[in-house]
Amino acid sequence: MAPLLEPSTGFKFDNVKRNQMLADKGHLLPRATKTGTTIVGLVYKDGVILGADTRATSGPIVADKNCEKIHFLAPNMYCCGAGTAADTEFTTNIISSQLALHSLNTGREARVGAALTMLKQYLFRYQGHIGAYLVLGGYDVTGPHLYAIQAHGSTDKLPYMTLGSGSLAAMSVFESGWRAGLSRDEGVELVKDAIEAGIFNDLGSGSNVDVCVITEGNVEYLRGYSTPNQRVAKEQTYRFAPGTTEFIVPNTTAQRGEEEGTAMDVSA
Amino acid sequence: MDPIEFRLPHTLQRPQSTTYNEPVTHSAGPIVTGTSVIAFKYKDGIMMAADCLGSYGRMSMFLNERRLLTVGDSTLIGMSGDFSDYQHMRHTLENIMTQEYDMDDGQRMGPKSIYKCVSKIMYNRRSRLNPLWNTYVVAGIDKGEKVLGYVDYLGTTYETPTIATGFGQHLALPTLRKLVEGHEDEITEEEAVKIIDRCMRVLFYRDSRAISKIIRGKVTAQGVEITEPYTVETNWDVADSVDGYGP
Repeated sequence: MAPLLEPSTGFKFDNVKRNQMLADKGHLLPRATKTGTTIVGLVYKDGVILGADTRATSGPIVADKNCEKIHFLAPNMYCCGAGTAADTEFTTNIISSQLALHSLNTGREARVGAALTMLKQYLFRYQGHIGAYLVLGGYDVTGPHLYAIQAHGSTDKLPYMTLGSGSLAAMSVFESGWRAGLSRDEGVELVKDAIEAGIFNDLGSGSNVDVCVITEGNVEYLRGYSTPNQRVAKEQTYRFAPGTTEFIVPNTTAQRGEEEGTAMDVSA
Repeated sequence: MDPIEFRLPHTLQRPQSTTYNEPVTHSAGPIVTGTSVIAFKYKDGIMMAADCLGSYGRMSMFLNERRLLTVGDSTLIGMSGDFSDYQHMRHTLENIMTQEYDMDDGQRMGPKSIYKCVSKIMYNRRSRLNPLWNTYVVAGIDKGEKVLGYVDYLGTTYETPTIATGFGQHLALPTLRKLVEGHEDEITEEEAVKIIDRCMRVLFYRDSRAISKIIRGKVTAQGVEITEPYTVETNWDVADSVDGYGP
């Protein structure tokens, strides 16, 4: 019988062992840029509203003050991402292109359930090592749908959802304010309040609020819907008023004196 | 000097060395615990609330515990953390109050002094590496001034108009900060009760070590009042919209 061969496709977990060994020896592993994050989604009367903050952190540093966390998946579907920034970005890109091909193959608008299945099967294959925590929302022929996807591949289907480090702050707003049958404006306000709770109470979230409203056949991507952290105008300026520096000789032409010193030796 | 070997039948037998002195060990962790306490300043004074649960790890063991305590005649203390350490603190405070009374010097310990007292006890215990595994919220009105402070098992202290412990810091504090900070003196008692119920409801929804039976305490110029336990109303209409976990 032939021995069990190493698979030629699929994830090789060898580096996981190596990284663990290095970490045990005391080597500092590089820190991935995380999104910190507060991301939310809610289902209202006519569709789905997604919300996200815009701060990307690398450890204690703010790497990007105004990043986009609401990713395009399909014309009728968007996905908020929390966790490792590279993972959310590339995962949504990969599934977005798969969805486009799927849509062309079937001749139909992609369904949210299709994106969900693709995402969860992809993430499960990597056993949680791809740190993507997503809030997926969209409107297809079967209506509005909202899903939460964890890095290990589990999914939840709920009418309101929060994810990321600021999720508890945002969830406390939702638990007090959500009810069935919200109007568009009420929904957007609630989403904005939830994200702002994350921005002001969670250190991993900050800057602005992005909102995305998805309804039947229409998407409103409201980048920078709320900007409660604008930089204040500088109080002082580096410009000096004319006349600040005193000078003695008002004549601007330089006085040419006799050339002194020996000329430069340029022989050979 | 040769170490003395102890063989106490009722204590856990830990591996003992006969050639050197083992280090002394202290509190490893809390056993029976209380979850969040929330408190904030309002027009007439300070309002505080906590649920009535004593958890034994993941088990909801004691369903009728009191985590709000009156000390003296104008101080309200809320506790979260280990119950046995809380009982010790209660005992200690009682003794201190009795001593102060016995001094018979016309002075009574007010909330400010009690807050200082609790802070010093907690920091001292942590410095001896044997903490009282609690977080306390001390509230009161001292000579007309509202006092609301936080002390934890590290001895960290701070005074702010809104305070929460444990899970309350994540789930209740954002709401408390939004609704209270900046206009504490305009919030009426009715509004304050609504805020308390709103926060305790969210905590019951999202803290797996919380129950819906709560008590509410208030300190005003008239003194301390703690309600009887009551149940916060919950709304489970969202259940109608939940169906499976995928397409």
